[in-house]
Amino acid sequence: MRQRASTSSRRSFLLSTGALAASALIPNALFAHTGGSSRLVVVILRGALDGLAAVPPYADPDYASLHRELAIAAPGAVDGALALDHTFGLHPSLAFMHERYVAGELIVFNAVASPYRDRSHFDGQNVLENGLAKPIGTADGWLNRAIAALPRGNGRSQERAVAISQNVPLILRGEAPVMSKSPQNTPDVDEDLLMRLADLYSKDDWFSARLSEAVQTDKMADEAGSLAMAQDGAVRTAAPDRVSAVTRMAATLMRSEGGPEVAVIEASGWDTHANQGGAKGALAQRLAGLDKALRTLADELGPLWPQTAVVVITEFGRTAAMNGTRGTDHGTGGCAFLAGGAVRGGRVIADWPGLNRAGLLDNRDLRPTLDLRSVFKTVLDEHMRVDAGTLANRVFPDSSGARPLKGLIRA
Amino acid sequence: MMQPEIAVLRFGLGARPGELSAAAADPRGWLAAQIKGAVPLAVQASLSSSDQIFSALLRAREERQEMKRESAASTDAKIAFNAVRDTYQPHYRAQVLARAQSASITSRPFAERLVHFWSNHFAVSADKGAVFGLAGTLENEAIRPHVGGRFIDLLLAVEQHPAMIAFLDNQYSMGKDSDAARMAARRFNEDGAPKRQFGINENLAREILELHTLGVNGGYSQTDVTSFAQIITGWSIGGGKGRLAGGTPGRFYFRENLHEPGAKTFLGKTYYEEGQRQGEAVLADLCRKPATAHFIATKLVRHFVADDPPGAAVERVARAFLKTGGDLPHVYAALIESPEAWEADSRKFKTPEDFVFSTFRSLNVSPSQPEEVLRSFELLGQRQYTPGSPAGWPDTSKSWDGSDALMHRVLWASRVAAKYDSGMDPMDLAASSLGGYARPETLTALHRAASSDQALALLLMSPEFQRR
Repeated sequence: MRQRASTSSRRSFLLSTGALAASALIPNALFAHTGGSSRLVVVILRGALDGLAAVPPYADPDYASLHRELAIAAPGAVDGALALDHTFGLHPSLAFMHERYVAGELIVFNAVASPYRDRSHFDGQNVLENGLAKPIGTADGWLNRAIAALPRGNGRSQERAVAISQNVPLILRGEAPVMSKSPQNTPDVDEDLLMRLADLYSKDDWFSARLSEAVQTDKMADEAGSLAMAQDGAVRTAAPDRVSAVTRMAATLMRSEGGPEVAVIEASGWDTHANQGGAKGALAQRLAGLDKALRTLADELGPLWPQTAVVVITEFGRTAAMNGTRGTDHGTGGCAFLAGGAVRGGRVIADWPGLNRAGLLDNRDLRPTLDLRSVFKTVLDEHMRVDAGTLANRVFPDSSGARPLKGLIRA
Repeated sequence: MMQPEIAVLRFGLGARPGELSAAAADPRGWLAAQIKGAVPLAVQASLSSSDQIFSALLRAREERQEMKRESAASTDAKIAFNAVRDTYQPHYRAQVLARAQSASITSRPFAERLVHFWSNHFAVSADKGAVFGLAGTLENEAIRPHVGGRFIDLLLAVEQHPAMIAFLDNQYSMGKDSDAARMAARRFNEDGAPKRQFGINENLAREILELHTLGVNGGYSQTDVTSFAQIITGWSIGGGKGRLAGGTPGRFYFRENLHEPGAKTFLGKTYYEEGQRQGEAVLADLCRKPATAHFIATKLVRHFVADDPPGAAVERVARAFLKTGGDLPHVYAALIESPEAWEADSRKFKTPEDFVFSTFRSLNVSPSQPEEVLRSFELLGQRQYTPGSPAGWPDTSKSWDGSDALMHRVLWASRVAAKYDSGMDPMDLAASSLGGYARPETLTALHRAASSDQALALLLMSPEFQRR
């Protein structure tokens, strides 16, 4: 079986068909899709990840000369990329993601972007999260609108999504109720005080709703936490880094009885203007942290992993050329990842425009050839069963140019 | 009439005992009296200056290098990291403590809030190693002296402060035709390729335009960003070796040899000034742009009035900015004269900073140890000087009102209540900290509380205390 991106193109020779042997070994029937059982995790990398470092296009003739000392060498070289296909590799820090690729559980996207074409982090993140073509125009996020349209599941709590932080990011804000829960515990809050507060808030809907949400979420995390501990038969050690603690909390809640189907995780620190490093260095350490966090997520989700899809996105890519301070400035096209047991992976989807003068956007950035909303639509349709009309009209209005792809999720 | 509550709770930092009565006669006048001139820290704190701190880091690095030469066991990176952490940490802690103490006791709380506003507008993050020990010095050295002066002076002080230059990576940004780049271009590797590529870093230039002056829709293009980055090549920090020698360590230093020579065009105007003057001329012009006035006015009104800033108030404040050439006391006066700011029902949910500082003020206490402040913000969010992005902390309720955040506030409130409860009458405390805002049901709950510290926790967590 040969898998191709649905975007047909004269440059289609660069569409990858790597790691098919491995993915073909997995019997899809084992992961038969049952409505309402799917889990979706969205990981937002704030600050703009350098896609040309995370997914090095090592075979592009202009890559090494533009990215210079930040470039990742071809697979096989010292500190070289982890091989994906004859054009692209993964940064050597992304060992777990590479394992998933080989196992047919990771799709790597390159030359993708949201519809945003300027270079402000803050507007870029707004567009990534609000699902529109422009940074302003709505106060809610596309994922919340999608959740509001989910078919009603049985035995689910009212909140079907959780933000793993104290507060809810834009992508999850809106009409559908959403929990927030940071990995930081809130132990020893006095029960009597909580009851009195509930009483004190009874005339203030806003405080009242939040307090009962918080109490419910705490309870869920406590129960799931103690259950997990009992199963392991050992006390967990503290997470050595923040992002792994965050993914562990996401998995804990999703695994709990009636827990959320959707989780959003944020990680910042990707704005590498200076001393970015190559196979080693600042960005390499961040990527290793991300890789580890995803491994933690997969481990902790355990039996849920086969029905899970994880989308990893960032607001835009960075300049093709290294800047004057061994870093990269704000760019446009970048990379994205779709991982999980539910994913028909083991391939790269990239309609590669090339890094030569004609290929670059504004003579500086990787030119995006795929709208991220096409990926989001496909995942929400195939994985979460949100109907196409709702996706086109409510979740991503004005997105007719961003056509859904096909076959990102196992049937 | 709720005016003293609005003046003290919304424009100020929360009511210390007696403050509501002090503002009652003339709430606007109480605010207006605070806004002129410099706003020094309200506490005596022996804080080191940015150049002292930076010099200490350079010395520590040299010592570590020496140690490294003596023992080859440790890795270079580890030694450098420890030099940063060990040198910077005591300064960071001292700055955070002084900031919290000043906010807790100042008798110019509106002016102090304006310091915080500008510090967040010109955000730097201590999460970046090079900025860790310097973050608070930007607020104390560049913002406090100019918060009651002219915007151009504030802007110049900020963009030429070592913390900002280090945070947004301008110190080594280099014009491609600069002397340093030309010299470097003559050095080749054995294979004939240039040893290094030199060029600009556009981070500071972009954020000055997007976040500090014009705003993202302020009418500039990528070409303007690149050109402005060329214009401010050479804006750097003194101290260093080799091609980066010169200047006083830790002070702003214009490095002529990194500067891209020649006239440059920015936003349709050609600047013929030489060297450092060229960038200063651009900053002066940016201060006169209507987009800048509008952007600053929008942020001020969002901070003091409502998440969704009323257009009439924004217009009034922007007009004052343009008319006076950015004379900040006039800008603040237009803000407090806006009727929209005095509407009792448009209240903002407190940020963690607002909650912590207003609690200290209400309890008439001031933290004595940095741990108390650091742990509070570790728990509640807004770890001091670490906004996570150069845009600063978000200034809308939605960014702070998660259910988990509320639970953390309950936990913090109960700990603070246990720590500071000294048999104060909760009713008196409600009166002195909330005045007419205290709702009957809150007073009833305080009255019925099981203990005085529970009453205190209920007061701090009441909806009326959680909003400003």
